[in-house]
Amino acid sequence: MTPAAVVRRILFYGLITLLSLFFALPLLWLVLAPFDKTPTLTVKIPDFTLDNFAELGKNPYALSSLKNSILISGGAMLLVTGLSALAAYALSRVRVPGRDLILYALLLLSSIVTGTAAMVPIFLLMFQLGLIDDRSGVSLVLTGGLLPAAIFILKDFMDATPKSYEESARVFGASPLQVLRHVVLPIARPGLATIAVWALVNAWGDFLTAYILLRDPEKTPAGVLMYTFYTEGGQANLPLISTFSLVYAIPVVALYLFVNRRYGFRFHGGIKS
Amino acid sequence: MTTVNRRGLARRAVPAISILLLGTMVAACDRSSGSSAANPTQNASATDVALTVTSNAISGGKNAAEADWYANYVIPKFTEAQKAKGVNVTLKFQPSGVDDEQYKAKMALDLKSKSGADVIALDGIWVGEFADAGYIKPLADVVGPNVTSWDGWAQIPKAVQANASYNDKVYGVPGGTDGRVLYYNKKLFQQAGLPADWKPASWQEILDAGAKLKAVSGVIPIQINAGTAMGEATTMQGALDLLVGTGAEIYQDGKWQGNTQNTRDVLGFYKQLLDQGLMDKNIQQAAKGRDESFAAFAANKIGILLEGDYFWRSVINPDKGSAPMATRDADVGYAEIPAKAKGAGVSGQDLVSMSGGGGTFLNPNTKFPQQAWELIQFIYSPDAIKAALAGSARITARQDVNKEVLSKDPLLSLISEKVLPITRYRPGLAVYPQVSQALQQATADIVSGKSVDEAAATYQGAVEKVAGGADKVQKS
Amino acid sequence: MTANAGASDAAGLGRARAVAFVTPAFLLIAAFLVFPAVWTIWLGMTDFRLTGAQAADPQFVGLDNYRAALTDPAFHNSLWLTIVFVFGSAIVGQSVLGFLIAWTMRSVPKTVKAIVETLVLMAWILPSSIVAFLWVAFLNNNGGTLGTILNSPDTAWLLEYPMASIIIYNTWRGTAFSMLLFSAALGAVPPSQLETARLSGASTLQQFRDVVFPHIRGHILTNTLLISLWTFNDFVPYLLTAGGPDHATETLPVFIYLRALYGGELGYGSAISFIMLLINLVIALFYIRLLRERRTANRSGDADADDAKADADEVLTAAEARNVGQ
Repeated sequence: MTPAAVVRRILFYGLITLLSLFFALPLLWLVLAPFDKTPTLTVKIPDFTLDNFAELGKNPYALSSLKNSILISGGAMLLVTGLSALAAYALSRVRVPGRDLILYALLLLSSIVTGTAAMVPIFLLMFQLGLIDDRSGVSLVLTGGLLPAAIFILKDFMDATPKSYEESARVFGASPLQVLRHVVLPIARPGLATIAVWALVNAWGDFLTAYILLRDPEKTPAGVLMYTFYTEGGQANLPLISTFSLVYAIPVVALYLFVNRRYGFRFHGGIKS
Repeated sequence: MTTVNRRGLARRAVPAISILLLGTMVAACDRSSGSSAANPTQNASATDVALTVTSNAISGGKNAAEADWYANYVIPKFTEAQKAKGVNVTLKFQPSGVDDEQYKAKMALDLKSKSGADVIALDGIWVGEFADAGYIKPLADVVGPNVTSWDGWAQIPKAVQANASYNDKVYGVPGGTDGRVLYYNKKLFQQAGLPADWKPASWQEILDAGAKLKAVSGVIPIQINAGTAMGEATTMQGALDLLVGTGAEIYQDGKWQGNTQNTRDVLGFYKQLLDQGLMDKNIQQAAKGRDESFAAFAANKIGILLEGDYFWRSVINPDKGSAPMATRDADVGYAEIPAKAKGAGVSGQDLVSMSGGGGTFLNPNTKFPQQAWELIQFIYSPDAIKAALAGSARITARQDVNKEVLSKDPLLSLISEKVLPITRYRPGLAVYPQVSQALQQATADIVSGKSVDEAAATYQGAVEKVAGGADKVQKS
Repeated sequence: MTANAGASDAAGLGRARAVAFVTPAFLLIAAFLVFPAVWTIWLGMTDFRLTGAQAADPQFVGLDNYRAALTDPAFHNSLWLTIVFVFGSAIVGQSVLGFLIAWTMRSVPKTVKAIVETLVLMAWILPSSIVAFLWVAFLNNNGGTLGTILNSPDTAWLLEYPMASIIIYNTWRGTAFSMLLFSAALGAVPPSQLETARLSGASTLQQFRDVVFPHIRGHILTNTLLISLWTFNDFVPYLLTAGGPDHATETLPVFIYLRALYGGELGYGSAISFIMLLINLVIALFYIRLLRERRTANRSGDADADDAKADADEVLTAAEARNVGQ
């Protein structure tokens, strides 16, 4: 290699190291503070202990909140993935009048519903539907907010997937539903898996919707419980918060790693033949 | 492919859906505005009763002690007591444990939809706005005239009862209350050549002490909250304590305090703190500034701090405080807050303070008003209150309990005996939070360098807007 | 002239099935998104508050809230800050960084790629409440990580450089999406074309401009639209700076949160939400226009172009039909 090429290589890897550090450094607190006897709002060598986890275990709601998060976010994930897949496929393959405009409009409306101002309408709506203090109600509201973007992204994904396979399958006499199941779904799996993780991640982090719609502490998800680890004067209970944060983060990280390994994590794809 | 006009389908569908939506919306509005006057005597002799009580507490989190008390004392003992009368009670506690504003929103939503727990804990300062919204009703309306026969009323001072009242009607039973004082670090005082039993009699004496503390290196002389980042903590542990020291309350004689001499005096004091280098600007502006100030005081870095007894009990408490000071009892002194000068305070007082606190209220839509009232009486019985304290010292609503439990804690005795009689409460009016925000903004303006006149003028404008007119704001 | 729908209906779904596929999603959306959203918009025309007299008896005030917002200097401040925030962290920050990472990851060993991508994705999938703590610890003025590294441990980054802090924070937070997009888009560029360009002596920059860029133009726009909208509505800066110091980072979502939740002015907050929606609409229209131009100008025989043409035809015929009064 020429000296110039060596220098270029060094700079190249230098850049990558910098980028990696940029993303890794803020994460340090999450992996250090839970193991610290007296964590503060700084990153320091921990005064090592596992007591914080024991303390968390004593909390009556910690474990059940994670279960509730799985139920609520899982429900939203399934609904969003399933419904958006169907809708995106149909919208991608069939001309529906005004489809783009409707999609954009829905995308814009979703920003209102995920904001603070909609909390009263959502509460009163769910109250009329009798879905207060019902975890499925929370899943439904979250799904409603996530669907437009999911359809938008998936439609783009499906648009980029070549139709030649479907056309060939049709030529061979497959019914539309068979085409869907055996041709389209396998190709679209990476996109679906990605949307699934994206939906779960968004639902996992939700606070306001779950808080105003649920009453029974046994139904409270982790996203809400996080906010209760404060003292009466409003100060953060850092040992509990950092430990719970770590535990709270692990399921989504694990899911992402699993999906990434299995399908690859991609919002846009399709195969260029 | 069919030849039916696909565009037609969409065109027909859209109006249909809109009508459906509109209809549902109208129906929804209708149902949620239905009225149902609670009858005080309904279910009075029921033998199967279901009650829910809620408060901003959660086991293992915020206010855990209170949540645990409900679970371990209130529920079993109340159920037992009722059983002895032949009534089967299913009592549940609904925890929350979040930021006060979020809890308030949740309670408002519940009460708005005429649902929610039967017995509800609310901050005293929300009483006015909840009453105006029709969310809560006077106790006498919900329970009936027999509500006055409770013997607990005699033990609760009238001033404290005001915290759970609005327009001279009592809406609930006030819970514990608190008071504010000036804490100071005796070790730093010694280094600065200040007395260990400091008792300032005017604002100037505070500034003088601060000047001496400034000479000690690495020390922030004075921390009196300012700025908007700390929210209500700025108003309650800062601006209002100063304001009552100039002789005015934030709301008096039907008017809000605007750009008056009193307000300018308060802002002027903040300016002096800033100009003389006695305060740390950063603390007032950081998102977690209050936490930082607590940590700094515990680390002997702040000389004087204005805070409530909460600070003593739960922050620097050597045993389980969030910023514990092992030598708290020896090294931390406290003094009552002086008025601007002798006799310049409200009602001509030399010393002033502010208090707050919550209370327990009845949901006007409860199905069991009599039993819910019995629950409240139970919660505020001396034994129950003492069980809630679990040996710790806190200022409760009842004087008989206070005499017993506070005798061992000098600070709390001081507050109960000396501060409570001279303290003031905030007005429970709906726009108070916004007036408070305007006041916080005024102090923030001072901290960021604006002049007193500028900040006061902006404040006047903001309060006029919020109060709905210049005639509702006092100016001088 | 009716567009021939069979051309792209490869699986032969047919209209009925298409409608059936779309209906469940749209029903859910109608109930849990459109309905509350419209209701919120309605609230924006009242003086509704969550507590106080206006809770029991809200009055219709028409456009008063909007007038108040448009003359409120705090609103203007928020709007400007939001625009800066979106431009800095999404349009510039996330896109550029995302592209940079996707570009460099093309030529590194698989393990390096896996590590870097995982790190970037961690930043994106961790819940907001956790991320806020991470960044407060990172930017702490009392031994925070950044301060320690740059050897100025006392700098209160969040107080002295508030906008810069949250822009960098949000770049860190959202780059993953852009990275994934560009990674896939770059992967879809036919290697043969790149090879041809390289062989005919094109520099890296020229390769990018003439071969890569045309293929990914559409994707860039879609990506930028989504991340712009998401950043515009992002509330997380509140957890870092509480809108301060002194309103210096009070973007619109934070502004609404402080007014609607803390101030209890839900009518006003709803009006602002609607104004935000209108602004988002303008942004979206801008992107759609760009996208249309790109699509119709793209003559590479890309499948997208057929779609775009069919789309355009459909819109035209719909317009014609309306004019004829069908």
